[in-house]
Amino acid sequence: MEYFLELFFGGLTRGSIYALIALGYTMVYGIIQLINFAHGEIYMIGAFVALIVAGVCTIYGLSGVSILILAGVIAVIYACAYGYTLEKVAYRPLRGAPRLSPLISAIGMSIFLQNYVLLAQTSDFLPFPRLIPDFAFMEPVAHIIGSPELVILITTVITMILLTLLIKKTKVGKAMRATQQDMNMARLVGVNVDRIISLTFIIGSALAAIGGVLVASYIGQVNFYIGFLAGVKAFTAAVLGGIGSIPGAVFGGLVLGWAESFAAGYISSDYEDVFTFGLLVIILILRPAGILGKVRKQKV
Amino acid sequence: MADNKHKLLEVKGLTMDFGGLRAVDSVTLEVHEGDIAALIGPNGAGKTTFFNCITGIYNPTKGDVLLHPKGQKTRRLNGLKPNKVTEMGLARTFQNIRLFPDMTVLENVMIGRHCRTNSGIFRAIIKGKGVQEEERQIVESSYQLLEKVGLADFANEFSKNLPYGAQRRLEIARAMATDPFLLLLDEPAAGMNPQETADLEQLICKISDEEEMAILLIEHDMKLVMNISDPIYVMEYGKKIAEGSPQEIKDNPKVIEAYLGEETDA
Repeated sequence: MEYFLELFFGGLTRGSIYALIALGYTMVYGIIQLINFAHGEIYMIGAFVALIVAGVCTIYGLSGVSILILAGVIAVIYACAYGYTLEKVAYRPLRGAPRLSPLISAIGMSIFLQNYVLLAQTSDFLPFPRLIPDFAFMEPVAHIIGSPELVILITTVITMILLTLLIKKTKVGKAMRATQQDMNMARLVGVNVDRIISLTFIIGSALAAIGGVLVASYIGQVNFYIGFLAGVKAFTAAVLGGIGSIPGAVFGGLVLGWAESFAAGYISSDYEDVFTFGLLVIILILRPAGILGKVRKQKV
Repeated sequence: MADNKHKLLEVKGLTMDFGGLRAVDSVTLEVHEGDIAALIGPNGAGKTTFFNCITGIYNPTKGDVLLHPKGQKTRRLNGLKPNKVTEMGLARTFQNIRLFPDMTVLENVMIGRHCRTNSGIFRAIIKGKGVQEEERQIVESSYQLLEKVGLADFANEFSKNLPYGAQRRLEIARAMATDPFLLLLDEPAAGMNPQETADLEQLICKISDEEEMAILLIEHDMKLVMNISDPIYVMEYGKKIAEGSPQEIKDNPKVIEAYLGEETDA
């Protein structure tokens, strides 16, 4: 039972990170039907910025949690700037172009950003400081769920609650939903659609950066290539849950996290990816639009 | 048409080409304060294209779209983005219903009101005191609008669950929410049963009486058009072929020909 719980919480932690990144994919897709393949790179850049900030802070003698918060905030700001610029230079000029063009542009930006970090930093794995301390009160349950997992879970839950409030309750959220449902009509009721699209990229990037910082300090190393794998997994989560659907992204992320965790724990960690992607295939055969996805009728 | 009425919308020689096809051919049209003007014509005459040119969906090939808001300087609308046109004070509805289906009735109206508020993105997220007050006012005025069109009881329903006639009325309410001084209605009575059409007629008259909004509508229901609108403009094959009062239009041989075909001595 304890082993089961350990796997359960491990899966939950992984899954919530996937969900954070998947939200960025799904929100952008919901609004402009673009798979933003460079999204994983924003996650990676977030982790790198945090690493640099952490390095500087350590020189000035700051301690664990304060570094984590500071690094997180700066990483989020940086990632937002990258996300905004990405949309502006790579996708906005292609608005109205056939759907494949921005997709290629996205792949191009992904490769560009990877290589940019490769050149600016290094191809080696860099050690990332363990910023999340072990809390004493977690001691009795530490073999089931450790302090880093707890911090990751709490952070993602808070982030998701804030995101939900933003989308459900604010004027901006309303404009985002309207843009998603009918972009041209949103324009006609006075919504500045370009600004809403920029904002969607900014929010998605912020979520990815939060994910990047959490994962890097949990796993303890970063490299220019981590964005690719995380991106693919999160994209899988978004598709699994039904791309375009926000609860779907969260749900898909959790399903993916658990599938990996249980497959690794009960069968073999060599096969965890086989099981996750096998699961993806099965779910897509049974529900082509994803678990919570809606079949969109194409207007003819 | 009385000359002392303030001219709100002035369209001069509007032309729209799609490749070799001239969908709208130098159409000139005016809407005055307090008017319920109508644009009629057979299917494919270019009426909706004309609307699309005015509201910024298309950028017209030639011609001018001028807006003369009362007490403000004249604005040229050509080439503006739709959200800018809406800000200038033009609002429209569509032939086919284009509500936001997964939003509530109230939200559909509120989103129209937002373009009249000043608070930017960050203030909206932080939700300061001023923003909350503004939000409260928006909710209140949105409710008033819903009452006006008779939908207040449905405020928290998803708009996709409303009956057809109610969805049409909601579209009008949403357009009105942007606080326009000219309301463009594209076939508001399309697909309505006689009772719903009669309700709509009342609603349009009520809007015209109570709000400071002129109305320009495209409509195929001749009974409705003849009952409420003056002046009437008639289009065929992209050209304006007639304009005048309902009686003048009824008696105009060109209009009869466009609708019924040429008379033959048989």
